Amino acid sequence: MRFASTSAPGGRARSAPLVGDAEEPTIFELSVPTRRAFSLRDTGVPAMDLAPIVAWIRDEPVELPEVSERDLVAHYTRLASRNYSVDLGAYPLGSCTMKYNPKFADQVAGIDGLANVHPATPPEAIQGWLRLFHELERYVCEITGMAQATLQPPAGASGELTGLLIMRAYHASRGRSPRKVVIPDSAHGTNPASVSLAGFEAVTVPSGANGLVDLAKLRDLVDADTAGIMLTNPNTLGLFEEEIREILAVIHAVDGLAYYDGANLNAIVGVARPGDMGFDIVHSNLHKTFATPHGGGGPGAGPVAVVEHLAGFLPGPLPRSLDGGSSYSWVTPERSIGRVHAFYGNAVVLARALAFMKYLGSDGMRTMSELAVLNANWLRARIADSFAVAYEQPCMHEFVVSAEALKTKTGVRALDVAKALLDSGFHSPTVYFPLVVHEALMIEPTETESPQTLEALALALEEIVATAYKDAEAILAMPRNTPVRRLDEALAARKPILTEDQRPL
Amino acid sequence: MPSFAPHTDEEIQQMLADLGMSSLQELYSSIPAALLRTEPLAVAKDQSEIEVLEQFVQYGAQNAAVRTALVSFAGGGAYDHDLSAAARHLGTQSAFVTAYTPYQPEVAQGVLQALFEFQTIIARLFGLPIANASLYDGAASLVEAVNMAVGFTKERHILVSAGVNPAYREALATFGAGTRLSFETIELGAGDATSFPFTDDGTDDTKAGAVIVGYPNYFGAIEDLKAARALADRHGALLIVVADPIALGLLRSPGEFGADIVVGEGQPLGIPLSFGGPYLGLFAARSEYVRLMPGRLVGETLDTEGRRAFVTTLRTREQDIRREKATSNVCTNQTLMAIQAAIHMAWLGKQGFGILARRNYDGAHYLAERLNEIGLAPSTTHFFREFTVRTPISASELAHRLLTHGFLAGVIPPGFDDRLVIAVTEARRRVEIDSFVDTIAKELR
Repeated sequence: MRFASTSAPGGRARSAPLVGDAEEPTIFELSVPTRRAFSLRDTGVPAMDLAPIVAWIRDEPVELPEVSERDLVAHYTRLASRNYSVDLGAYPLGSCTMKYNPKFADQVAGIDGLANVHPATPPEAIQGWLRLFHELERYVCEITGMAQATLQPPAGASGELTGLLIMRAYHASRGRSPRKVVIPDSAHGTNPASVSLAGFEAVTVPSGANGLVDLAKLRDLVDADTAGIMLTNPNTLGLFEEEIREILAVIHAVDGLAYYDGANLNAIVGVARPGDMGFDIVHSNLHKTFATPHGGGGPGAGPVAVVEHLAGFLPGPLPRSLDGGSSYSWVTPERSIGRVHAFYGNAVVLARALAFMKYLGSDGMRTMSELAVLNANWLRARIADSFAVAYEQPCMHEFVVSAEALKTKTGVRALDVAKALLDSGFHSPTVYFPLVVHEALMIEPTETESPQTLEALALALEEIVATAYKDAEAILAMPRNTPVRRLDEALAARKPILTEDQRPL
Repeated sequence: MPSFAPHTDEEIQQMLADLGMSSLQELYSSIPAALLRTEPLAVAKDQSEIEVLEQFVQYGAQNAAVRTALVSFAGGGAYDHDLSAAARHLGTQSAFVTAYTPYQPEVAQGVLQALFEFQTIIARLFGLPIANASLYDGAASLVEAVNMAVGFTKERHILVSAGVNPAYREALATFGAGTRLSFETIELGAGDATSFPFTDDGTDDTKAGAVIVGYPNYFGAIEDLKAARALADRHGALLIVVADPIALGLLRSPGEFGADIVVGEGQPLGIPLSFGGPYLGLFAARSEYVRLMPGRLVGETLDTEGRRAFVTTLRTREQDIRREKATSNVCTNQTLMAIQAAIHMAWLGKQGFGILARRNYDGAHYLAERLNEIGLAPSTTHFFREFTVRTPISASELAHRLLTHGFLAGVIPPGFDDRLVIAVTEARRRVEIDSFVDTIAKELR
């Protein structure tokens, strides 16, 4: 453990370009009647008669802001300075894989022939997009060990629902309608929500003391009414389900399907494949594993890949070549469940992900995962004196520790640790998830943070713990250095003010 | 080995030694040997960033982009509008682009406040009190709106106008398979507008969860929302309107006509065409449905020092808390597009947005008049910036011929090869419109 945290770790944001702690006015508060920023071309088109639509014409213009371009720029630049981001510092948010987003991908996203193409352009004039999609589909299938994929789902949760509807269609095609989908108790909330929306019933299988699916309990749960299972592997505790083949065999024995939630794929790219484990349907989160920026909460992309015998159910259209690759067209599978997006998914996000994959290449992607796992294991060992590690076995790309002892002895909870860390120039880990660990802190350093940054993060955590024992009140008052301090979230929910117009006068 | 991981070889060895390991392979000791791959992935080896970029430039060269290769008259939920430099510049700041979901509000005030402003803009535009922080796209917004209406009314029978975007209707059918919805189509009548069934005895008591109508609809017709509202009332249903946001610069908002939920595609509000995504699902509703709203909501509150601050609120609606009982499974949304749209709308401003809408109207009506002169009379009576013509030859054949002349002629409705839905934006100059009409005239001669 000899990495100097003093040697300017790149992942620590200790300065914020703030000139004080005043509130930023809203864009509406900055408005002055008749002020303007817009500039519109003179098209040369004559003014046409409004008579045909006179019955629908509005009385007043929409009450939009009225600002100069200079004030508009200042406002949104100041807002940007009030936000943490990966480009500012480390983001060890467990389960979210907040790795560095390479800048050349921004240039890919800006290419005219990609960014400015209308989705209704006939196939003869979008051969580039069709080839790009087809190539990405091949990469996704190779990485996951699947046969064919749809790129339509615009996010992970959408991918889950798509996969479950494929599961539903598969059973229907066999004249069956089993109701239950098994999910582990450590699953993301999106899993049970997707299960319900697909018309199934979520059945929870508990984790054993080792954090893994309890195979015996699973056998008790599974019967002819089981449609399938949804799992992440490594699971949400950052542990690899070692009995995965046995688990999936139980599901397959009742003609159920196995769904792989790709939230944690960053641990195993090039190392192990869901297809080899026996999964039938896989979604991958390109905004996690393949470094497309998350944009403050979106866009993402959640392609769904399936084994060959499920390919007929994929949402269409799919880019396919009927002449050995010299040209591509759209083909909709014969038993397709139908569209899951208005067009073809988050196309430009998909392009960014393929660019990232090509840059790293086959060995680079494996190294990416290896170093993500190395970082997680090293950090876990490094902070083991500060927080109890929830599970002893080696972790994958993330790990869970508990702040329960700290809470018992000092009153400082996982949430308080998270808030204190903000003052140290780091983003917080995920807190209170998964639910099976008390006072959970879920930490995922990703491969793009240096050992110096990990060391600095560990020292910051140590310092928080030491302070908690000396002066818990000081921790409870954190953060102090952020643009605002702790918020009254109960007030926000009790009297919701969701727009400028709902503010009491 | 190229990588965005900063580790030097020496550091890797040191970290392994700290863990009592001698190789990276040992990190995977918990994976059964049978599952460990010995073969490398069957994809190309690493490349420099410039080589990768060159490949994508090549991909781009095999597509016909609007403006550089094609003059676009296509809409159907995606429009070639002029984009503002300010929105592009401000909306691509790395603080917005590389942030995550605002789970720690103390360090996410930028994204949260921008979303609060976005919610205000959309609520005002749609004429309803509340809007969420975005969904994936217009189709996803419609699917979520129907789920919300079903959650409120407990009725699974849905009345859908045939004028609603076919791709949205297909998505609705896809997801409706899971939520066990039944759909009934309300057909179109004169002028491409919905023919609302008229009953005057008020005794029609078949219950429905929602009535869905476009405004303007897919074929361009501005619908009679009063009739839609009356139909919804007769069935005890919520009225869901799928609106073109640009139209609302000129037309009365759906909220004024009593819509319960208004959804739409936000791409026209300053988002690049991007071959269909990432786009921006808009969603607004009446206040009484707030606890059933899908997606994130940003609310205003105070911090411990009494300063105004913003936070995601009413979180108990969402999947991460409510799990299998949530009305929606949405987690990721389209925050970045929402921020870009808000910036673009602020740039257009109160005056500019109205002028912009009027230019769309003028362009479309000018084109319709010119097409009328060459014998292609629009079938759409009351329209805003999009209308439908019946083509004397196969629409796909005509579109193909126009493509060779550098025009994206419009959108062909699935299953109707005798129709072309044509859209005009403020980006289309009179010379382009005239040239388009002359080319069509030549091709049909």
